[in-house]
Amino acid sequence: MGRIRPFRVVAIAFAATLALAACGGNTGQPSQPAGSATGSQGGEALKVYGAYATPIEEPWDGVIHTALQAAEKDGEITYDYVDNIGYSGGMERTLRDIAQNEKPDVIFGDAFGNEAAVRAVAKDFPDVAFVFGSGEPEQAPNLSVFDNWIHDPAYLAGMLSGGVTKSNVLGVVGGYPVPEVNRIVNAYVAGAQSVNPQVQVKVTFLNSWFDPTKAKQAALAQVSQGADVLFAERAGVIEAAKEKGLVSIGSMADQKDQAPESVMTSILWDMRPTVEAVLDQVRNDKFEAANLKDYSFMKNGGSSLAPINTDVKGGIPQDLVTKVQEMEKKILSGEFTTPVDENTPKGSNELSS
Amino acid sequence: MTTLIALVGAALVSATPLLYATLGELVTERTGILNLGIEGTMYAGAFAGFLVAASTGSPWLGLLGAVVVGLLSGLLMGLLTVTFGVNQHVAGIGTTLLLIGLSEFVNRLKYGGGAVPQIAKFGLLFRDVPVAEQYLLTYIGFLVLAPVMWWVLRGSGFGLRVRAVGENPEAADAAGISVTRTRYAALLVGGALTAIGGAVLTLAILGSFTLNITAGRGWVSIALVIFARWRVWPAVFGALLFAGVDALQLQLAISSTFESVPRELLIALPYLVVVATLAISGRGVRYPGAYLRPYRRA
Repeated sequence: MGRIRPFRVVAIAFAATLALAACGGNTGQPSQPAGSATGSQGGEALKVYGAYATPIEEPWDGVIHTALQAAEKDGEITYDYVDNIGYSGGMERTLRDIAQNEKPDVIFGDAFGNEAAVRAVAKDFPDVAFVFGSGEPEQAPNLSVFDNWIHDPAYLAGMLSGGVTKSNVLGVVGGYPVPEVNRIVNAYVAGAQSVNPQVQVKVTFLNSWFDPTKAKQAALAQVSQGADVLFAERAGVIEAAKEKGLVSIGSMADQKDQAPESVMTSILWDMRPTVEAVLDQVRNDKFEAANLKDYSFMKNGGSSLAPINTDVKGGIPQDLVTKVQEMEKKILSGEFTTPVDENTPKGSNELSS
Repeated sequence: MTTLIALVGAALVSATPLLYATLGELVTERTGILNLGIEGTMYAGAFAGFLVAASTGSPWLGLLGAVVVGLLSGLLMGLLTVTFGVNQHVAGIGTTLLLIGLSEFVNRLKYGGGAVPQIAKFGLLFRDVPVAEQYLLTYIGFLVLAPVMWWVLRGSGFGLRVRAVGENPEAADAAGISVTRTRYAALLVGGALTAIGGAVLTLAILGSFTLNITAGRGWVSIALVIFARWRVWPAVFGALLFAGVDALQLQLAISSTFESVPRELLIALPYLVVVATLAISGRGVRYPGAYLRPYRRA
């Protein structure tokens, strides 16, 4: 045996610990004891788990998390979650662990990038309701799917943008050209062109969900090509609008506070109607696999346009606000159906002449 | 013409974080230490800068916070690779994972998974003057840091020691230069600069923090150091080239003239250009003599 080098042993152990510590997922805080939950329904609070591939700071999973937190606050459920599970095998392990050892009534989460794992585990635990964000169909008997169908408010935001632009050029910065992003962007373009046939919409995709610096840079490139209204499908864009003194549209949360002089409105997604529908089904033993997308529609309260902020730089004409609000009523009443187009939008969109 | 001016302006902005991180890595690697903790250091610098600025209201204090975190990360790398002589790849990747995990953990503790605030950030100088409209940190990076770094490495006693230790630590040691002290010093300076590079993102460009804020810029800087063959001015050029082509592809992607070019190709363009340049000019790259080698007195 060679000379023992205590320092080296310590150092290697230390490095290994670092690597392990950094790889572990974050486990959520334990939920409040079930006893404190006195549901309005009078029944026992349902046991719900969240299983998220990304950290809950990511807006998409954050919306699910927020809705479940609200349901817990109202005493309907007890809620616990695991986030930052990732895309390399962790999802299947985590779901099996939760289903087997915690025996929850419902597991919510997102299956994008983990489709096979979620479907396999759902099959093995038919008594647990699985409700996952997915672009694929539901899986009988116990996997329901949902998605962020927020094209309605996107259309309205497009109308607002098309109405205020002076240069007739709008800019949109999105993550990836995938169907759920495409239909938001296409609805925005359609809304803008419905009030302003001359309008041209520049669309950039970052090929990343998270690169705000690049998003800002992409938005500034659009500004240099004439854009004077920016739709921030991704974080970072509002900062560009702020710096250039332009108006913008927020996304996923009401982002008015970030730049009250710039953010005209935001398109919002609310998972609470979807959550309520599932809880109702489970409480009444009527849960079955379904596509829950309709619960994200505006007419069902699943998406909305944040209050229009007319205090932005340059203001918003009252007749435009009225026009948008009238269309909002038409969508809510079912009189108008926002067109759904999931094709990848071009970099530069004009009405074909 | 306006597009060209916008291009140059945009390239300078997005080259700034790369410039700090690349020069920080460059001085470290010249002593023979490959610091793969760079991505984590940038991340932690971005977060620390944001956190301090958010709680004090001052971007300057935020910058100071980032520097402190950068020094600490350099110290950690020094402890692992210089004092303990751990494999530099493992130590660096471990440091990156630790610092990103730690930043996200503190972020969770502080903001509970919810929205983070906007901070008072550094403003632009020379508003509405094309190209000159830049952040102070951009001016400092290109006009102060780069020439000073060039001079330090070339003409100062410290630079001589750095190069001697990186090329031949045995000879440097025999000549009375402390290998340990020189490597620690380079790691501390490099760590601080790298952290400033990260802080540029939160304190100047965005005024906020989000997950994955660095988005691989640290790894790009590692490539730029090799691209520059461990020399300062080529590193400055490399950062500008990468940022410039990236700015260009963002312009092309939204112009109707280039509509038929696949989007994926445009996104890959900056990487392709750097790889191509490397392939043409980068033959016979000579690494610092003591690259990746821990030093022990025989």
